[in-house]
Amino acid sequence: MHYAILCYETADDFTRREDPVRVEGYRAAHATFLKALREAGVAATSVAGGAGLVAPHAATTLRKRGGAREVIDGPYSDIKEQLGGVYLIDVPDLDAALAWAERCPTASTGAVEVRPAMYAP
Amino acid sequence: MSAAAAAERAARESYGRLLALLAARTRDVAAAEDALAEAFAAALTAWPRAGVPESPEAWLFAAAKRKLIDAARRATTAAEGQAQILRGIEEIEHDMAARDGPDRRLGLMFACAHPAIDPSVRTPLMLQAVLGLSAERIAAAFLLEPAAMSQRLVRAKKKIRESGVAFDVPSPDLWPSRMGAVLDAIYAAFTAGWADPLGADSERCGLAQEAIWLGRVLVSQAPEEPEALGLLALMLHLEARRPARRDATGGFVPLDQQDTALWEIDVQREAETLLRRASTHGRAGRYQLEAAIQSAHAERAKRGAPDWEAITLLYTALGELTGSPVARLNAAAALAQRDGAAAGHAAAEALGETYPALRAYQPYWALLADLSAKLGRTQAARAAYDEAIAREHDGAVIAFLAARRDAL
Repeated sequence: MHYAILCYETADDFTRREDPVRVEGYRAAHATFLKALREAGVAATSVAGGAGLVAPHAATTLRKRGGAREVIDGPYSDIKEQLGGVYLIDVPDLDAALAWAERCPTASTGAVEVRPAMYAP
Repeated sequence: MSAAAAAERAARESYGRLLALLAARTRDVAAAEDALAEAFAAALTAWPRAGVPESPEAWLFAAAKRKLIDAARRATTAAEGQAQILRGIEEIEHDMAARDGPDRRLGLMFACAHPAIDPSVRTPLMLQAVLGLSAERIAAAFLLEPAAMSQRLVRAKKKIRESGVAFDVPSPDLWPSRMGAVLDAIYAAFTAGWADPLGADSERCGLAQEAIWLGRVLVSQAPEEPEALGLLALMLHLEARRPARRDATGGFVPLDQQDTALWEIDVQREAETLLRRASTHGRAGRYQLEAAIQSAHAERAKRGAPDWEAITLLYTALGELTGSPVARLNAAAALAQRDGAAAGHAAAEALGETYPALRAYQPYWALLADLSAKLGRTQAARAAYDEAIAREHDGAVIAFLAARRDAL
C-alpha cells in the first residue's frame, strides 16, 4: 500500500529552516530519513508528483517523545503546527508505515500523520 | 445432532477462526462477516436436507469463500480493490491447503485492539469479529443505541480496511504495548457483564461469559503470555463468586459476608492453576496481581479468613505498578483489616487529599463510612454513607448502604 507521511512541523521547525546554522541539522535529519527510505526500497516511485489521500477518518497520528511512541486514531490537527512536507512510501501495511513514521525527524518535534493513498485512478 | 444445533455449535466454535481467515488477507472485516452470515444461512437450508457435513467448519469456509468471491466480482469498487480481494482469496486457498488451516484469531484480536483504532470501540469490535455477536446485543451491553453502536463498528472496520491494519501478530518489540490493549479490551467486556450480578439483564450477564470465552481463545493462542493467563485467572476467580453476590431476595452481599459454600470451587481451582502457570514466567503484571488478590480473598473458603497480609501487599504493588488511585484505596481498605480501622481510615483520608477524583467515587465514601462507624464516629459515618449513596446507581447496592446507615 502507498502511504503519505504528513509532517506537521512546529513553529521552531519552520524557524530552523531559515536559520543558516540550525538549518543544517534540520536538513541532515530529513536527508538521513529519505536515504533510509530509499535504501530500504520503500520510497514510493510509482506515484511521482504526489497522490490524493483518503479522507481523515482513515488517518493515524504518531508522536514520539522520550523514546516512547504514542499512536492515536484520527488526523492530526492543531493550530500551532502546520503541514511542512509529505513523504510517500510503499509498504505492506499500517504497522510498517508507522515504523517508518517513527523514524521521520518531525515525529520527535511536531507530529506526523499517516494517511493511506487512494488507489491509482 | 439437529442441523440447527450443529450450525449453532459451529457458529460458536468456528466463527472467529473463519472470520480471521477470511478477513486476514483482504483486511475487509465487513465483507468477511457478510460472506460468513450468508454461509450460515445456507447451512440452515442445506444441512437439514443433506445432513450435517463431516467437517462443518470446512463446509462453512467453502461456502463463505464463494460468497466473498461473488461479492468481490459484483462490487463496483476500483479495479485494484477487487484484484486485491481476489489475490487475497488465492492466499486464503493456500492457507487452507494446510490441514485445518492456521488459526489467525490472535492476529484478528491484535487488529481489533490496534492503537490506530479508537479505544472505545476495541471491545465491541472484538466481540463482533471474534465471537460474532450482533451490534444490537453489544449495544445493549454497553447501554448504547443499536444504531450508534452499529455506526461505530462500521467506522472501525472501514478504518482497518482503508488504513491497512495488518492481521499479523505484531513483532516482538511491539508485543508488550500491543498485548496490553488486547487484554484491556477483553477485561472491559467482562466488567460490562459483571455490573449485572443477578443476570436480570441477560445481555449483560452473558457478556461476562463471552469475555471468558475470549480469554480462553487468547490463552489458547498465546499460552506463554503470563498476563493473558493472569487475566483469565482473574475473570474466573470473579465469576466463581457470582452465585454468592446476591441473596435470595436480590439484595447485595458484600464480599466479606458471602457464603463461601456458594462459590464455585472448580472454577476457582482452574483459576489457581492458571495463575501458577503465569507465575512460572517471573513477569508480574497488572492482571496477575489482580488475580492473586482474588486468590487471597478465595482463601477464606479454606482458612475462614482472607489473607489480609497478602491482599495489602498485592494492592500496594498494584498501586505502584499502575498508579491507580482505586488500587491505592483498596490497599487502604486491606490495611484497615490488617492493622485496624484507625490506620485504614487515616490512609483513606490521605488518599482523598492526594487524589481529589476519589471523592467522586462511591467506594471511597463507603469505606470511610464503614471505618468511621467502627471507630464510633457515628455522625461522620452517617454523612459518609449519604455521600456514597449519592454516587451509586445500582439499586441493590443503594439499599445495602442505606440499611447500613440506618442501623448506625
